[in-house]
Amino acid sequence: MENKKTALNSLHKKYGAKLVTFAGYEMPIQYSKSIIEEHKSTRENAGIFDVSHMGQLSIKGNNSLAEDLEKIFPTDLKNCKLNQSKYSFLLNDEAGIHDDLIITKVVGGYNVVLNAACKYSDFELLKKLLGDKYEINLSEELSLIAIQGPKAVQILEKIIHTVSELKFMNGNTFNYLDESIYITRSGYTGEDGFEISMKNKYAELFTEKLINGGANLIGLGARDTLRLEAGLCLYGHDMDINKSPIEANLKWAISKNRIISGGFIGFKKIKFQIENGINKVRVGIKPEGRIIARANTVIFSEDNKNIGEITSGTFGPSIQVPIAMGYIESSFSKINTKIFLEVRGKKYPASISSLPFYKKSYVKGANK
Amino acid sequence: MSEVKFSKEHEWIKLDGDTATIGITQHATEMLGDIVFVELPEIGSSVAKDGNAGVVESTKAASDIYTPVSGKIIENNQSIVDDPAKVNSDPENEAWFFKLKITNKSEMDLLMNKEDYEKFSKESSN
Repeated sequence: MENKKTALNSLHKKYGAKLVTFAGYEMPIQYSKSIIEEHKSTRENAGIFDVSHMGQLSIKGNNSLAEDLEKIFPTDLKNCKLNQSKYSFLLNDEAGIHDDLIITKVVGGYNVVLNAACKYSDFELLKKLLGDKYEINLSEELSLIAIQGPKAVQILEKIIHTVSELKFMNGNTFNYLDESIYITRSGYTGEDGFEISMKNKYAELFTEKLINGGANLIGLGARDTLRLEAGLCLYGHDMDINKSPIEANLKWAISKNRIISGGFIGFKKIKFQIENGINKVRVGIKPEGRIIARANTVIFSEDNKNIGEITSGTFGPSIQVPIAMGYIESSFSKINTKIFLEVRGKKYPASISSLPFYKKSYVKGANK
Repeated sequence: MSEVKFSKEHEWIKLDGDTATIGITQHATEMLGDIVFVELPEIGSSVAKDGNAGVVESTKAASDIYTPVSGKIIENNQSIVDDPAKVNSDPENEAWFFKLKITNKSEMDLLMNKEDYEKFSKESSN
């Protein structure tokens, strides 16, 4: 099957992108010779990411919508303020993660941003779960462009006035040319930044404006090192249908009152795991020296017992050491516990690390 | 005069007497991207033509290094282990990988000269 293309495909080519297939899309892995340079320019300046392959779903409905969505998502949506975003999950009955997502309360309903690889199955599942009571639409007409990094706010403010007033995990509608576009202060790099949803026909011009403003195009390669330094999970690697949010160490994303009230898909399992503990949990891992332990690397205890597996691993360009995440038997999950990683048949020492590896610089002030 | 040859696995090899210095080509580093880890063969170990003789890792993935000729390792370049980025900045000079005592000089004849390698690497990147 031929790859799909985002509205920025020709712009990627114009700026020399090396294109790869990702979740059925032709996407830029890098634009320059160096992923590390792209990574650092995001941390020090501002990076532009085409994330239009991700699913942009809208659900419109009346007052009962929040209540019905709470039967699906483990998130407090009834108390979600207008334009507030929340990180959430689509779970199965066993609390396995179908997808992780961002849900934002907008006028007349909710916007949901889904992972590219899951968006069509999520869409079908949500239609099935919600029935025909609500208008639910997965857009093919919208692009999603992220700008991330310490200079993101000043670059975007020059194009969209008052955007700097947005708080972290909050959004709003802004005017651009004769259109209204939706911007949230969010991202997946560990930096302050924004995600801008707009019609496909404006995406190229808008991106050129961001480039003229001083931001650099960043490919999926640096996006991966950025999110891993920030301790953020990549769906399909650090979480999947066989892991629950509790095992993924993402209990914080389940609203406290929902853990008490329940009534969402997977609640029984989550309650059980909170009360009885879990066998395996996601942790941060720092190998000693320079060895890189990638996905599927087996983790051993000091007495040579197989105790888990790496799910993501790379070299952290901003912290200049190798980093990884993985699932490990809970009794070994304490920070600084010494472990061993088997790479190419040899065992290398490592230790459990706190997350994130790289300290975030989000603009705070939003309500949780 | 020393002779420089190239392999299909994108290694370069320079022969001085029976000592061969081996590294990876500029073209190889461009394909790999930022090198962040290097593992070299141990001094004293014997390696066979086209056999595994180290590993490089970029931010994206790990790649094996092969030796284009057989021999016994007499030196390895610790400076690229300590600072793998050197491989990107000067792959065909300072960032050599290892030196070996060549056991069969005729293996050199099976490798490409510079001109042929340039043609080969251009074709293989298309």
